[in-house]
Amino acid sequence: MKHWRFEVYDREGFTDVHGKAVLDDIRELGIDEVTAVSSTRVFMIDGDIDEAFAQRIAQELLSDTVCQECFIGRMPVPESQQKATIIEVHLKSGVTDPVSGSVMTAISDMGKDVEQVRTARKFVIYGDITEQQRDLITRRVLANDCIEDVIYGVDSEPPSPHLGDYKLELKKLELINLSKDQLVELSKSMDLFLDEKEMLAIQDYFKSINREPTDVELETLAQTWSEHCVHKTLKSSIDLDFNGEKITFKNLLKETVFGSTQELNKDWCISVFEDNAGVIEFDESDAICFKVETHNHPSALDPYGGASTGIGGVVRDPMGTGLGAKPIANSDVFCFGMPDMKLADVPKGVLHPRRVMKGVVAGVRDYGNRMGIPTVNGAIYFDDRYTANPLVFCGTVGMLPNDKCFKHGKPGDLVVVVGGRTGRDGIHGATFSSGSMTHEHEDIFSHAVQIGNAIVEKKVLDTLIQARDRDLFTSLTDCGAGGLSSAVGEMGEKLGVKVDLEKVPLKYSGLSYTEIWISEAQERMVISVEPDKIDEVLALFSSEDVEAVVIGEFTDDKKLTLSYDGTQVGQLDMEFLHDGIPKYSRQAKWHTPNLVEPDMQEKNDYVLDLKKILSSYNVASKEWVIRQYDHEVQGNSVIKPLCGVTNDAPSDAAVVMPKFDSDKGVAISCGMNPLYGDIDPYWMALSGIDEAIRNIVCVGGNSKRIALLDNFCWGNCSKPEILGALVRASQACKDGALAFSAPFISGKDSLNNEFIMDDGTEVNIPSTLLISAISIVDDVNKCLTMDFKAAANNICVVGITSNELGGSHYYQVNGHKGANVPKVDLELAAKIAEKISGAIEKGLVASAHDCSEGGLAVALAEMAFAGDLGVDVDLSKLIRSEKCTRADIALFSESNSRYVLEIAPDKFAEFEDFMQPLPVSYIGKVTQDKKLVVDDGRGNKVLNSDLDSLKDAWQKPLAW
Amino acid sequence: MKQVNALVLRAAGINCDYETQYALELAGANAQRMHINELIKKPEILESMQILVFPGGFSYGDDIAAGKILANQVQHHLGDIVRKFIDDGKLVLGICNGFQVLVKTGILPGLAGADNKTQTVTITNNDSAKFDDRWVYLQPSSSSKCVFINKDQRIYLPMAHGEGKVVTKTPEILESIKSNGHIALRYVDENGNTGDFPINPNGSMESIAGLTDSTGRVLGLMPHPERFVRKTQHPRWTRLGGEISVDGMIIFNNAVKYVEENL
Repeated sequence: MKHWRFEVYDREGFTDVHGKAVLDDIRELGIDEVTAVSSTRVFMIDGDIDEAFAQRIAQELLSDTVCQECFIGRMPVPESQQKATIIEVHLKSGVTDPVSGSVMTAISDMGKDVEQVRTARKFVIYGDITEQQRDLITRRVLANDCIEDVIYGVDSEPPSPHLGDYKLELKKLELINLSKDQLVELSKSMDLFLDEKEMLAIQDYFKSINREPTDVELETLAQTWSEHCVHKTLKSSIDLDFNGEKITFKNLLKETVFGSTQELNKDWCISVFEDNAGVIEFDESDAICFKVETHNHPSALDPYGGASTGIGGVVRDPMGTGLGAKPIANSDVFCFGMPDMKLADVPKGVLHPRRVMKGVVAGVRDYGNRMGIPTVNGAIYFDDRYTANPLVFCGTVGMLPNDKCFKHGKPGDLVVVVGGRTGRDGIHGATFSSGSMTHEHEDIFSHAVQIGNAIVEKKVLDTLIQARDRDLFTSLTDCGAGGLSSAVGEMGEKLGVKVDLEKVPLKYSGLSYTEIWISEAQERMVISVEPDKIDEVLALFSSEDVEAVVIGEFTDDKKLTLSYDGTQVGQLDMEFLHDGIPKYSRQAKWHTPNLVEPDMQEKNDYVLDLKKILSSYNVASKEWVIRQYDHEVQGNSVIKPLCGVTNDAPSDAAVVMPKFDSDKGVAISCGMNPLYGDIDPYWMALSGIDEAIRNIVCVGGNSKRIALLDNFCWGNCSKPEILGALVRASQACKDGALAFSAPFISGKDSLNNEFIMDDGTEVNIPSTLLISAISIVDDVNKCLTMDFKAAANNICVVGITSNELGGSHYYQVNGHKGANVPKVDLELAAKIAEKISGAIEKGLVASAHDCSEGGLAVALAEMAFAGDLGVDVDLSKLIRSEKCTRADIALFSESNSRYVLEIAPDKFAEFEDFMQPLPVSYIGKVTQDKKLVVDDGRGNKVLNSDLDSLKDAWQKPLAW
Repeated sequence: MKQVNALVLRAAGINCDYETQYALELAGANAQRMHINELIKKPEILESMQILVFPGGFSYGDDIAAGKILANQVQHHLGDIVRKFIDDGKLVLGICNGFQVLVKTGILPGLAGADNKTQTVTITNNDSAKFDDRWVYLQPSSSSKCVFINKDQRIYLPMAHGEGKVVTKTPEILESIKSNGHIALRYVDENGNTGDFPINPNGSMESIAGLTDSTGRVLGLMPHPERFVRKTQHPRWTRLGGEISVDGMIIFNNAVKYVEENL
């Protein structure tokens, strides 16, 4: 066997875009000494091939001879007047290399099989840089320690990922006789993240069956009992001290979020909080499901890999719902630190927010686009407290036939693992994501990071849907956190299951039975197949080059039994595994902080404030991100994320039409207000619900068919104040769901988003609740966008404007927080949503926009530059509460349940009549001249600006 | 009416196959999606087809380069039968990733007299180095004999790609495809004028958005006609009311009409 090395680079005269992008990033670091960067792709191929065939590989396959050259062997250092530094970046041993498999396939298409293909990236940095600068460039721009090794200079090659064969070595642990302290120590040394009470319960179990555990048994329990998998905090009993009043919950989740769903008991909810995604009715033949997940900790360590496996993971949720749904849309929401943070201020062990953001966006882009799922909805929030704990929420909507919404696995069915192979990646992901992060996490938990391979997942999806439609399996689930341990354990919960671990296909040799069992390697699904259908199943997957292997059998003994090469390595009772986790009672406390309103000077002109808000990162245009996502694949988009005259204005929500032959659609939106949470988590949560619903209503979603999803991302919940905020937000979820008659159908939490700096300082993220909403659109032809449509149309505001600037963007850009957080009048809010939904259905509305961040002023500005039409309004006509006296309050208050609508003159009378008796203010008109003019009612123009400069302020900050 | 059969070729990572099949059906064809493994096993299936479509997606993850591995596979397993398909007077359409495949197999630009098994043109990274989803105006080239397009009709379509920049190996080849009518579509503004980004969204030479071969019966283009077959797919349909022409259908309708009239 011979080792061949190929280096592919751009021919002279053709731009090296990757090199140029690296150069830009280096300049951003402030290193001006670098004058040029060239990038080269390296392929290392081991196989019995001769020089002539190697030449063919070089010319026909690896290089594009039109614009590239390929050098076989190692290119000598280029002659140059300047110093040239060579940096080669290799994937660490054991990390998935997605390109490798494709190249092997391609070489076999050319007639030869090779042993192994590995790829690397090589950079030549020109310029007189110091070793320190070189290391900085490597660390900040080129490579990620977690997954990549770096080689400087020209000689050494990376080690092979193969580790030699594995010989079974059964690991028994001493547990029964350990003291409490020793139990805690054991949990720590094995990275189990189990606390004393849980370790004691496990000790009791093994005492009762009178034997010591094996390592794989403890690992299985740790995975299954991890916060990530069972949500022990949300399900625990909690004593809340709310401003001195005691409130007790036996099971927080059941009594709040889930409780409201049960109370509403909607007949259009098909499956809620039980499967991998919540399922609701769509039409006579199909249902819709929706799930939103977070992938925060991995994205902090490796933004690209973390985000791409985040999206890959959530896509598998609908795929694993019922008997499999086809994904039809993605929604992605991120929270980052401030992109303009000074490098010196970035804490040790943490990546710069800008690098995190670029990596996360690229990861979601590459995975989502490759899967062929349109990314149609999303949001991005910025706050310093997200610097070390960025949040990555990924959501996927799927469609599945009504008669395939439930699983029916039974004893005797075979356990089949489908898709990617298992490797040493992602070990301990579930437990790791359940703890706090420290500056050392980068080193300790690098093995928890995984690399995605979207095409493997796409192949699994293509074949799985065919298998579903041919009724070839009885149950399925995805391999996510906890790997096979969670997936198989969950499918066998009510039955029992036996697994032969040596049968699991591996990426490389050398994995122990425990590693195989808990690896979180991506792109795997588990299905259960009746024995007489197994041949057809295996043939179907193989026809499209998808690996499917029988690894065990479901039983009726209610036990999980694991073997390796015929030796039993572990056995646990399903009942203990799934229900043995001790119940907790926790203390929570929420005392409303004593905050005051700032003393802001009243002014005659607020254009500068408006521009500052439009330019604030939270409000500014996200076009740079949106365009990198394919939001039109599948041909189902109706309301795209960008709208308006020049296709660049912000849509309130997305609408997709999942079936080519039906005008029925699905509207998807989100709402989130972390800034309000600092003042009051209850009103923050209700604001999020109100906002998500407003967004759905604005595009034409049916207000009576809205389902909600909750994603709690919280700080360290062992602190009563932080848990208190969570309890208050959960209470709001219940109240909001009941008021809007909009049930929660699925949810997820990511707690302990706390970062401990090297000096011991603890930084907790702001309490962050993402509310996602989904609704049915009965006729997509009636959908609306937010851009003003025609001059002389009437502008009206529905809802009441109050003195609610607490947590507003107006205060934020002026350096204040305030106290008057926006509240929600639940009764009125629901009525308004329903009425506007009705008015849109009747075709009375020309455009509608949610009035939220930045208040009325921002909503009007956005609608105006979106339609390239002016605005002339009079604030004295605005219906306000008593305390909303000043112009700045009217302009920038973020009071909830408000909508700005545009009504054509010929619909005006009917609209006015239809909206009775709700508070509707007719404040002015759309104009032909491209100006935003707002009069305070006394002849003073508090806003008077051309549209171009407003749009410019909004577009510039994130136009990278 | 004559039955028109179209085959939409799937492979690992292809993801625009359903909507492409739908667009062909809307145009009146009987369209079928098929995995490349099946076609390699039963290449005779192509005999009953008149239109072969390489749809969009990320075949094999676009590993190495966009469309490269699928092109390599087509070259080694289906090269002769696809060329025979074209020689028989039938139609081939490559959209986005499919266009990249047609170029990387040498089928496009298909210069008269050349062997067309080696590449003279390629499609590489956008100048912006980023994936980009946006709508573009396309002007058919007046000298093109491409049967898929209406010569005088400027069209509006969405594009979504990271590697869409068409470049030729030499200036002579560029001149040759230009003077021999191989440029089917150019990126222009709404008034028909060429320009820099974003009018030419990826930096293509000569603003090339689509190429045809010497027969005019093969078309490859980066934008996605199958994503504009209904009025609600237009990014401004809520503003424009009834006055929307669904431009994507022009390409599919012309293909079906050509088969009906000529094959």
